[in-house]
Amino acid sequence: MIEARQLCKRYGTVTAVRDLSFSAADGRITGLLGPNGAGKSTTLRMLQTLLRPDSGEAFIDGIAAGTDPLAARARIGVLPHSAGLYGSLSARENIVYFGQLSGLSRLQARARAAQLIALLEIEEFADRRAKGFSQGQKLKTALARALVNEPRNLMLDEPTNGLDVPSVRKLRAVLQQLRHDGHCILFSSHVMHEVAALCDDIVVIHQGCVVACGSPEQLLARTGTVDLEQAFVQLTEQAGAL
Amino acid sequence: MGAIRTVFVKEFLENLRDRRSVMTAFVIGPVLMPLLFGVMTQSMVKRARAEPDSDLVLATLNAAAAPQLRDYLAAHGVTLRDFAGDEQAARDAVSHHDEKLVLQIPADHAQRWASGEPAPVVMFVDKSNTDDGRKVERVQELLQNYARGISGQRLLLRGIDPALLAPQPVQEIDVSTPTSRSVLVLGMLSFFLTLAMMSGGIYLAIDITAGERERGTLEPLLTLPVTRDSLLIGKLLTTCAYMALSLSLTTIGFFVAMSRIGLEALGMSARLDPWTALAVIGIALPLVPVGAGLLTLVASFTRSVREAQAWVGAVQLLPTMPLVFVTMANLAPRTALMAVPSLSQHFLILKLLRAEDIAPLDVALSAGCSVLLGGLLMAAAARIYRRDSLLS
Repeated sequence: MIEARQLCKRYGTVTAVRDLSFSAADGRITGLLGPNGAGKSTTLRMLQTLLRPDSGEAFIDGIAAGTDPLAARARIGVLPHSAGLYGSLSARENIVYFGQLSGLSRLQARARAAQLIALLEIEEFADRRAKGFSQGQKLKTALARALVNEPRNLMLDEPTNGLDVPSVRKLRAVLQQLRHDGHCILFSSHVMHEVAALCDDIVVIHQGCVVACGSPEQLLARTGTVDLEQAFVQLTEQAGAL
Repeated sequence: MGAIRTVFVKEFLENLRDRRSVMTAFVIGPVLMPLLFGVMTQSMVKRARAEPDSDLVLATLNAAAAPQLRDYLAAHGVTLRDFAGDEQAARDAVSHHDEKLVLQIPADHAQRWASGEPAPVVMFVDKSNTDDGRKVERVQELLQNYARGISGQRLLLRGIDPALLAPQPVQEIDVSTPTSRSVLVLGMLSFFLTLAMMSGGIYLAIDITAGERERGTLEPLLTLPVTRDSLLIGKLLTTCAYMALSLSLTTIGFFVAMSRIGLEALGMSARLDPWTALAVIGIALPLVPVGAGLLTLVASFTRSVREAQAWVGAVQLLPTMPLVFVTMANLAPRTALMAVPSLSQHFLILKLLRAEDIAPLDVALSAGCSVLLGGLLMAAAARIYRRDSLLS
């Protein structure tokens, strides 16, 4: 369960996020949808305890991220925008390193890494150095790394950027499996059909504010459209006019 | 503690796989620097060993015009050889290094000499060729001595005491001992050691912030249930380990190089046994936290690897600045100066090599002040590392 309560963040004179509240429930995939520069990444970073909000608070499974960041972090797995890996380490070593830093023993981390390598079908390149990995290989390794401490909550920042169709499908399958297992999944995107294909709930962000939230059906009903993309455009335009 | 060790082990191994880190830490300092130093000093030794008096052959033009001078030079161990060619040919021969030195006696020399007028002789030399400096010096000395002898005789003939021409003769007394003479060469050791130590940590220090940020690994790393302080401590410890290794290996490299050269030929001696090498490493190690803290602090400010490299490249010279300053100002070791990191290590290492007594207070002051400064620099780096803006 991930919750944002009235988050505000300013960079100098620019307000990136303003009074932003929403919650993402367990066993559901929640999409954070918004055009570029809407404040998605800033919001995610506050939820991941990387940024301190100017006001408001982020909660992970009810734990205030600002007061107990370490406990909050122990409950999240993060797949960042760039899916950066240590190039001189193999995929397996990248995963084990994060496992150990999450508090697993070396043996536990190795066992868990082997499990994830099988689950994500990355045996083929698991012991190659990450330096020359393709975008898809990088993403799968980074996803395994995010899942190494079996977090209840998973946050992904534009995970499908630059991925080919088979990789996107694999990612979707894994996320659906995680949802089935009761995880809370929050992911940001500016691609409408991506969100439509996966999400149970959608939070539409524009200029740092939540302009709408609900299931895809609810959003369609609210805008009176049959197409989600049309609904998205209408919602952000309405917000822009206000 | 667990997280610090995990970071340390991972960074240590990862950088061992990085060619640049290995090159700068374990090849440039420990191998290339002593090699360069060895070759340079070796050529100095070789020149000092060559006996200039034994095989001084002098090419001459028109030597027959000055038979007395010819005899004088021959009597002082110079073998004279006629140069085949004219004045222009002599000039070319010297400038093309075919001849080291040609002595020309002008055509009117004999006539001027006989009438007691100044009768110049001409010497073609190439002063840019320092290898022949000693030979040229020796010929000049012989020519001067000859002229002095002649002028003395001429004055005596006129009833004047030649001593009047030397109202203030200078008597030079060289008080340097072989060990103290080595100072110039050995003084460079601490400079090289400091430089090698700094370059051993450069890539790690850059990797800590700018490198991780650029590769996109910093963001997921900071979302782990580990404090930023323990991540930074693990990384700083790795940087320190690389710098300490680089420093130790470089010291060993220099000791091997110096004991092979044979400094005695330069009129120098230094204590170069393994125990002294260990003591040098021990004296220099407290400088490691200063270097690691400095490099990390500067690398934390920068936004990209390129920017970090530019900054760190300049900053790595900072600890060598006191050494340059002390050479220019010709400072002598004092207890107060033992509080200055890098300078104190320089003084103590020199004392060790010269087999002089070292006060325990000086060692304690040197180590204490260096570690303290290192701690302050690291604390400053940790402050930057805790900022929100570390990621952006």
